[in-house]
Amino acid sequence: MSDGLVFISRKDAMSAQQHWSDIVFQLALEQGITNVSFVPDAGLSPLIKLCEESSQINVVRLTSEDEGVSLALGSWLGGVKSLLLMQSSGVGNCINMLSMLNTCQIPLPMIVTMRGDWGEFNPWQVPMGQGTEGVLREMGVTVFKAQKSEEVPECAEGAIRLAFNTFRATAVLVGQRVLGAKPFGK
Amino acid sequence: MAVIKRREVVRQLLKDREDLLVVAGLGAPAWDVTAAGDHVLNFPLWGGMGGAIMVGLGLALAQPDKKVLVITGDGELLMGLNSLATVAVANPDNLSIVVLDNEVYGETGKQMTHTALGVDLVATAKGCGFSNSFIILDFVALETLREAVLNPGLVFAQIKVDPSSDDLVLPPRDGALLKNRFREALLGPKCHLLN
Repeated sequence: MSDGLVFISRKDAMSAQQHWSDIVFQLALEQGITNVSFVPDAGLSPLIKLCEESSQINVVRLTSEDEGVSLALGSWLGGVKSLLLMQSSGVGNCINMLSMLNTCQIPLPMIVTMRGDWGEFNPWQVPMGQGTEGVLREMGVTVFKAQKSEEVPECAEGAIRLAFNTFRATAVLVGQRVLGAKPFGK
Repeated sequence: MAVIKRREVVRQLLKDREDLLVVAGLGAPAWDVTAAGDHVLNFPLWGGMGGAIMVGLGLALAQPDKKVLVITGDGELLMGLNSLATVAVANPDNLSIVVLDNEVYGETGKQMTHTALGVDLVATAKGCGFSNSFIILDFVALETLREAVLNPGLVFAQIKVDPSSDDLVLPPRDGALLKNRFREALLGPKCHLLN
């Protein structure tokens, strides 16, 4: 490209047959991410499966989301790029560990699938779900929100690039309108 | 039984350390590793209580050809006790976790920790899957630990230490500096340009 700009928007890159996870997974590989840690969520299961099946990704299974934050600090010290996957309820577990990323200027993109959001059935999920964006921003994490499936890849690309180009934590919040609300038989 | 001094333990462990990568938990362990000599391949934490072991795991997985040593305290470890399960499942063969167990929160007035009240860290580590998990009560056993740290294998060692406080020997507290000097020493100056 003669003007030196790089096309980064994946807005039009997703075909009707593709799941956003396929593109986010490809983005992670293109950006050189080799460490993916997670606490599972139903909405993340396709992306987790892709990572687990990949020979290029080292998967770390966590017991609590905050482990993934300090893990990413250690990975970056050792020259490895990480991606952290979690449900929004896990964001609260991460608060104190996020202070290390902020202080040490550690890059970490996170993909956060929402609960306590659009169409939620379980009232116990709502406070943390509604607090997720604010908590992340308070801790210095740059937040991008995807409310439609096709918005997830472009948010993820921007979040991953911003994280590693500017040494900070970023998060993509994948809304329940993308994921569907958990039905509980109703 | 001779009381083990934490500073002496750390000095012994870090003697002739070569390219050993060291993560220290916040508080006294960070001062201990610094008292043994400030080093670019030390990453002493000033925050993130409960996170030292996971920082060590991230580093060990990223650098499988280097040995990684996490030195932390009982209070710090207890806050992230679940990390023992995560580390055992990941099972790197280049990570040693050494807990300087003084049975108190030394920075806040020497209130008792759970290890003073019956919690067995060695058994916890074993239960999580650490096959090499042991306690050290005297200096003779320390040489065994030193060998374990420098050889392949996942190690958990709990060392009962004197609860008295030592002089403050503070490492740099600029986190970005600690990170950048560590990365540069480990990865070379190009690490600042590649992303």
